[in-house]
Amino acid sequence: MKRINLKSHRNLIFVAAAIVVYAFIAYGMNSNLLPRATQTLAIKACYNVILALSLSLIVGFLGELSLGHAGFFALGAYSGCIFSINSNLPIELRFVLAALIGGTVAAIGGFLISSSILRLQGDYLAIVTLAFGEIIRSFIKIIPVTGGTAGLGGIPSLGSKLKTFTFSYVFVILTILVIRNIVASSHGRAITSIRDNAIAAESIGINIKLYKIKVFTVGAFFAGIAGVILGHYINFIEPANFNYNVSIEILVMVVLGGMGNLLGSIIAAVVITFLPEILRGFDQYRLLIYALALIFMMLASNSPRIINFRVKAREKAAGLYKKLFTRKEE
Amino acid sequence: MTQVELLEVNNIGISFGGLRAVDNVSLTIKNGQLYGLIGPNGSGKTTLFNMITGVYKPTSGTFYFNGENLTGKSPVEINKKGIARTFQNIRLFKNMSVIDNVKVGLHNKHKYTMFESILRLPRFFHEEQKMEEEALELLGVFDLDKEKDSLACNLPYGKQRKLEIARALATGPKLLLLDEPAAGMNPNETEELMETIRFIRDNFNMTILLIEHDMKLVSGICEEISVLNFGTLLASGKTSEVLNNPEVIAAYLGE
Ligand SMILES: Nc1ncnc2c1ncn2[C@@H]1O[C@H](COP(=O)(O)OP(=O)(O)O)[C@@H](O)[C@H]1O
Ligand SMILES: [Mg+2]
Repeated sequence: MKRINLKSHRNLIFVAAAIVVYAFIAYGMNSNLLPRATQTLAIKACYNVILALSLSLIVGFLGELSLGHAGFFALGAYSGCIFSINSNLPIELRFVLAALIGGTVAAIGGFLISSSILRLQGDYLAIVTLAFGEIIRSFIKIIPVTGGTAGLGGIPSLGSKLKTFTFSYVFVILTILVIRNIVASSHGRAITSIRDNAIAAESIGINIKLYKIKVFTVGAFFAGIAGVILGHYINFIEPANFNYNVSIEILVMVVLGGMGNLLGSIIAAVVITFLPEILRGFDQYRLLIYALALIFMMLASNSPRIINFRVKAREKAAGLYKKLFTRKEE
Repeated sequence: MTQVELLEVNNIGISFGGLRAVDNVSLTIKNGQLYGLIGPNGSGKTTLFNMITGVYKPTSGTFYFNGENLTGKSPVEINKKGIARTFQNIRLFKNMSVIDNVKVGLHNKHKYTMFESILRLPRFFHEEQKMEEEALELLGVFDLDKEKDSLACNLPYGKQRKLEIARALATGPKLLLLDEPAAGMNPNETEELMETIRFIRDNFNMTILLIEHDMKLVSGICEEISVLNFGTLLASGKTSEVLNNPEVIAAYLGE
């Protein structure tokens, strides 16, 4: 009984935090207390969080290094936005449908790509996903309906920044819920077991190929939604928005957040979104800072001393939490 | 259980390039038996396990489990048919908690779809509850329930070996393959392990095939054994008789 109560407390905290964050930003936007640049970045943070969470499922939980996430991002952006441009539905409905279409097209891409690389692992898989990302981009450049290298313009806007932010934010919350619910389930444990020891996972009946396909499909779906948000927010997309640097930047968010740590990925995505703003004037050092931060994270997440410290801290926090929230029932 | 053949290995063999790692090995294990497999290092014992569990495809011969030909099937299919194993070099899910290691073993028993987990539909809670109970029960058997929330990699060595057995049992096998379960254990731990293995056989209705170097353990609990040497079968039969076979003593025990 206590366990279940503990969990519902956590859900309440999540909902409360989500509302507070939204209220804060919405007020800031409405009253223009937030600087314009920050308002823009708040929307950018939304799709970056979705991108980071979706890649986290592939890299952090399944343990496969995918360097082609920008490809799924692009598939979603183009398919969703092309729909939006050619539709006459009310803009709100159009946006939601575009998100579903973009997500679905990207998911089909994820399904096809993962089905074709089932035998690959590690470095080979990384290289092939990188290539797939670039192939998608090259393909977009040559087919007419996407506008080619000139880009795709005329993507409708939802209206005010606040409105765009609100719709994006709802998708962020949905993404968090879906991915968390997958991770915290028998399927999530199966996925994590493949990361930790694929041979052992197979020996106890975990179908690795099936999960690779499922994880890539779900991950690509959300990357596609992120693409639709991007399109409806900048109203113009071009292949350069989706080059491999973007894949790397998403990967940086996942690694900085601590592999297999959803909250960490969210925070890292937000921080990296705002980093250029924070470091205004030091922009040329941005890549250097990424590199240093990455090296630090690699060291930190592989050092037994730091891992043990984290585990102990978590156990202590859990104990404290139990003390605070379970006393009333006794 | 009557003396029904559970596992029948017929003239099985495998080559790695030019190396004949296992050649023409046959053995029969009956329901409920505790069967030992011994032999010097590099004689092909682990390779035989890997063939029976589908990690390697045999290049010759067949094996039947419960009367069904499983030769060349995948590890997942073979596990679903009822064969589970542990590994010589422990293979736990190190960064997962102790109880989650066992729950992964229960994954195919208590099923719900990914969709049901996303929407947190009633079946999710129902099956999760069952998994929690069964995992705790299994951990209790191995005296691991107090450590259920520790990371598997933080367990001491002996407990890691136990956890690996618990995880294998969670898949509900009929045949359990243990690859050097006592390796790295002190005499006290080995003694305790022997008890545990007997307990599993009796309480889980299990048939057990184990690879072991500890002769005290082998002669203490195995009713029958087979001896491998350079990939071929040197002898098999009643434990006491095989261990007194001069050829076996020369090849293995004498050194
Ligand atoms: N995947 C492999 N590739 C090449 N040789 C292998 C492979 N697996 C096992 N062998 C070889 O097969 C032989 C038997 O090994 P193994 O079954 O591990 O022995 P044991 O478990 O009896 O100590 C050894 O010579 C080993 O080097
Ligand atoms: Mg071996």
